[in-house]
Amino acid sequence: MLTLETRANYATLLDAAALRPDDRDEPVIIFVATDAAPITVTRADFQARTRAYAAGLARLGVGPRDLALIAHTQNLESIYAFWGALRMGAIPAMFPTLTEKLAPDVYMRNMNELIARSGVRLIFTSDEFAPVMARTATCPVVGSSQLAGLAAAGGDDFHPHQPQAEEVAFLQHSSGTTGLQKGVALSHRAVLNQLASYSRAIELSDDDVIVSWLPLYHDMGLIAGFIQPLVQGVPLILMSPFDWVKHPALLFRAIHEYRGTLTWLPNFAYNHLARRIRGRDLAGLRLDSMRMFINCSEPVRHDSHQLFLQRFGAMGARAEMLAVSYAMAENTFAVTQTPPGRPPRLDVIDRRKLEEERRALPAQGDAATITLVSCGPAIPNTQTQVLDDQGRPLPERRVGEIAVRSDCMLTGYYKRPDLQPFVDGWYLTGDMGYMADGEVYIVGRKKDLIINAGKNIYPQDIEAIVNQVPGVHPGRAVVFGVPDEREGTELIAVVAEADTEAEDERRRIARAIRQAVVRESAVTVSYVKIVGPKWLIKTSSGKIARAANRDKWLTERRT
Amino acid sequence: MTQLDEKVVREKIRTYITHELIRDPDYPLEDDEGVITGGLMDSFALADFAVFVEQEFGVYIPDPDLTVDKMDTLNQMTARVLRG
Repeated sequence: MLTLETRANYATLLDAAALRPDDRDEPVIIFVATDAAPITVTRADFQARTRAYAAGLARLGVGPRDLALIAHTQNLESIYAFWGALRMGAIPAMFPTLTEKLAPDVYMRNMNELIARSGVRLIFTSDEFAPVMARTATCPVVGSSQLAGLAAAGGDDFHPHQPQAEEVAFLQHSSGTTGLQKGVALSHRAVLNQLASYSRAIELSDDDVIVSWLPLYHDMGLIAGFIQPLVQGVPLILMSPFDWVKHPALLFRAIHEYRGTLTWLPNFAYNHLARRIRGRDLAGLRLDSMRMFINCSEPVRHDSHQLFLQRFGAMGARAEMLAVSYAMAENTFAVTQTPPGRPPRLDVIDRRKLEEERRALPAQGDAATITLVSCGPAIPNTQTQVLDDQGRPLPERRVGEIAVRSDCMLTGYYKRPDLQPFVDGWYLTGDMGYMADGEVYIVGRKKDLIINAGKNIYPQDIEAIVNQVPGVHPGRAVVFGVPDEREGTELIAVVAEADTEAEDERRRIARAIRQAVVRESAVTVSYVKIVGPKWLIKTSSGKIARAANRDKWLTERRT
Repeated sequence: MTQLDEKVVREKIRTYITHELIRDPDYPLEDDEGVITGGLMDSFALADFAVFVEQEFGVYIPDPDLTVDKMDTLNQMTARVLRG
């Protein structure tokens, strides 16, 4: 196993346990689904398949250092293509697929922008979407059947490529909604350093079994729920996120069946599981095998953890299983991790002092409070500090921007020399928080960003879509997040000004806004309010003030 | 279980969607409108719908029936509940 002690034995990701010629009957991945029998991929299978896919990609003209985009449904083919690309020295990147909800022209416009900026050599997708993507793509698009056919053809076109440790292994695209996504370039060395350090933080062992429904185009799913188990030789029980959201009990069936020990979940998932599994779907299932449910990638809510324990305590869920990690693609994955075996610390602080003085002080007397869940200490190879707006370090319990430094940082943003991620060797996260007793607490974001069900959404991207909807006064729309206790995440609200007073016409505009946003960004809007001219509050410089408009909207809803 | 009335089922589901999922009680939901493909709710809502249907009508919809293809409109949802 890759640990801080054995780190020197690993040069690149090609030293992954899944690619080692020993223990060839060991399961690498067991893919589970609602409507199909589980598929077990052994090391022997994995090695043969990834070798064949490497040969197939080579026949399509992909070579070392070429960027191969995998915009496929979450299945084994996309995984073979990813590791096939790695084995031949190409740079793979997992990407969200086109879906029936998204407008193909908008998706392809964004994709072509990425192709132009990053020099994508090839896109691999499903047979369903390959023809529509190929029509407008400015690089070759290959579907499942074509690549599988080439892979099955055999032959010796596959030339293994031994990369250098500092070469870029793969890209992880930031989960924004527009084509201007940044490809976080991660070297073999950085990824292995992260996995070695993280294995200490979670006390990973050969007895662990990782269960994941997370999408592989997101850092948590890609690293924790995919690269980590394959490198470490820990079995991965994998499912599709599309399957899981509709059938949440699938996760618990997999944990029960395969004695799962570790899973990573965004905060909303605790609410989704607790509220949307029917009693009979849980009959006979146990969660005692679990070591940690690790809450990661959106603000952690104590009430979500409580809801989860209330519902699943009888099945074996315990408070000490609820762990937290603060993570970002720029640090490969984890920055912090709460230790196994104890519940995360809670910090009950004075709300007014937090808001007015930017200090996180334990609440006293009958002051209004806010309960924050600790993200734990930094993992062994990573340092954190909290900076004020002049970039000066702040003492404990003072709120500032979190900065990170480690040996597992990104190389840079792929083919974006204009974007410089580091300031004096530190990466500025844009997250606002504080340190207390050596642990990190996150209180918010520096810039407007909505995190909806673990997905980062920039309000200006959605506003740009809303401004194009006929009937909306252009430039007079605002988008903001509304924290929702029931869902355990932020919901998205749109307020748009229209000139019409007619109720029917306003309803038509509201419906058109919902449709346009989902078709162009795959984001579902929870609230749409159409208002008359001059409703929206602007700043003195003429920009629409998101926070002030959110407060106005909330006040109107309450009355 | 007593026979479910088509009109009652349809209106209860309509109210549930507009109040609980779209959060807009005045939304003029049409019977054949794609609620998921039309962006009114995301596919998480299918799991919520399954819980609602079991509590409200005592009907258990098995997971393979909870797909966007089979459960995108009020017509489809109503028909599935009536099948029991």
